[in-house]
Amino acid sequence: MSQRLAAARAEAGPAGRSAASPVLKTLLYAALALIAVAQVFPLLWLAVFSLKDTQEIFTKSPLSLPASPKWENYEKVWTEGNIGQYFFNSVWYTVAAVAATVLLASLVTFALTRMKWGWKKPVLGLFMVGIMIPIHSTLIPLFQMFMKAGLTDHPLSIILAYTAFNLPLTIMILLGFYETLPREVEEAAVMDGCSVNRIFFQIVLPMTASVLATTVIINMIYNWNEFVFVNTFISSDTLKTLTVGIQNFIGQYSADWGAIGATLMISILPILIAFFALSNQIVEGMTAGSVKG
Amino acid sequence: MDKVMSNKKMIALYVLPALLLVLVLIYVPIVLTGYYGLMKWDGIGEMTFTGLDQYAKLVRDAAFWDSAGHSLLLAAFSALSLLGYLAAALVLAGEVKGANLLRKLYLIPMLLSSVAIAQLWAKIYHPTNGILNTLLGAVGLPDTVEWLSDTSIVLLSIFIPIIWQYAGFYILIYYAALKNIPTSLVEAARIDGASPLQIALRVKLPLIAGVAKMTVVLAVVGSLKYFDLIYVMTGGGPNGASEVMASYMYKQAFSSYDFGYGSAIGFFLLLICLAVTWLIRKLTSSEEVQYS
Repeated sequence: MSQRLAAARAEAGPAGRSAASPVLKTLLYAALALIAVAQVFPLLWLAVFSLKDTQEIFTKSPLSLPASPKWENYEKVWTEGNIGQYFFNSVWYTVAAVAATVLLASLVTFALTRMKWGWKKPVLGLFMVGIMIPIHSTLIPLFQMFMKAGLTDHPLSIILAYTAFNLPLTIMILLGFYETLPREVEEAAVMDGCSVNRIFFQIVLPMTASVLATTVIINMIYNWNEFVFVNTFISSDTLKTLTVGIQNFIGQYSADWGAIGATLMISILPILIAFFALSNQIVEGMTAGSVKG
Repeated sequence: MDKVMSNKKMIALYVLPALLLVLVLIYVPIVLTGYYGLMKWDGIGEMTFTGLDQYAKLVRDAAFWDSAGHSLLLAAFSALSLLGYLAAALVLAGEVKGANLLRKLYLIPMLLSSVAIAQLWAKIYHPTNGILNTLLGAVGLPDTVEWLSDTSIVLLSIFIPIIWQYAGFYILIYYAALKNIPTSLVEAARIDGASPLQIALRVKLPLIAGVAKMTVVLAVVGSLKYFDLIYVMTGGGPNGASEVMASYMYKQAFSSYDFGYGSAIGFFLLLICLAVTWLIRKLTSSEEVQYS
């Protein structure tokens, strides 16, 4: 295949390939590089001003570097507010909701693709339409339901909402993968008298490890950054997540840009670190997530 | 095989937990939203049935239609910006060195919370200490623009970070779709003497029409229900100049405690999102091309 391509290229010759002139090519490269700068520069600027003191911010050019990095900005916001608490809340809501979502979605997807029952179509339809439903169209009744159940200002309201609203997309990503899984192993397992649970947990689930990683990552990013549910259902400061917590916390520092910058950096660092460590899986997850709609 | 895999008890055990969660936390609420929209209700006291009064109020509420106009503008802006992302992806998916690194860099803003993005951009837009006015001043342009408090430009000021947030995501989707096109098709067109532009427009674009259609739905519906960044950055202000449907609904319900009216807006938002999804699919339904 590649040999034939190379031959075709040779045939087309330099004349056939010169349609994109060097000048045009340089311009296009420059445009791509410019987009990269536009995407990354604001964050570099954030990192820089998180290390400045107030005087440097208000008397020197916004583009200048700090004379010496003011790490005390970080120390201050970490010790003064509840950032540690918010951070912990974000981690545990995210972990609990991701675990519940991925497990429940896997069970449903297994039933939808492997088990024999009627009503598959309407059930699948319910999950798929769920992807398009705006959160705001559910917010008032959800608030009401959680209040009656005594779950407002309770972590469970957040974990349940995250799980329910991420199930449709997660099922959608899993479905594509389950369809491609070979069925021979399971069929043999059934012949050997395996139970459904053993087939699912010991044979099928391990085979889906790669797509599970994708769904875990995409769920993690969505939950970590979620705003509306926490802002609506949680009122105690000690139960807030990083996303909502920093929003209120920053309000106290209206003129202290260094503190604001440090707070923002702390909130985005976990995601950035995860990104640099797992960028290939994240890219794959985002692409898979895009199949929704 | 059939006996094990059609065990009713096991099927219920596997399907019901997820199904119940989705039914109770998504479907029951949307029905209730429509129902609450028929009530006068402050969220705490008694509900009074008022028929279609709230919906009639919605139709006459100029502030709501302003917010709906802003949402539509955002939807149009997002849909148009897709053309730019597509162009970038076409270049990137050509033989560009470092394409893999570039698309990852593009994606970074998409990973941040809207709160972080809103706070960061509020600083970028700061009239005296922000980088935007500093950079504009450096090249001799007006550098005293009040990006977030001037009612005539605040909407644009809000659209730009939203573009910044999502650009990498859409470029990534287009890039993946373009990389999926069998090279033999592109090579064949090249041998037939097609220029890169012709190849892009006549060969590649028709082949990714399905993905393109999906991105239009995503961008338009995503814009119509957009909330976080705007709510955090301007709260819909100044004076409603950056209000969108979701932020208007949120304020009616959770700031003014008019839960009946908030529900009516929420239900209307749902209808619009479903109708627009259906409409876009209908309008573009015949454009899919297979690889054959």
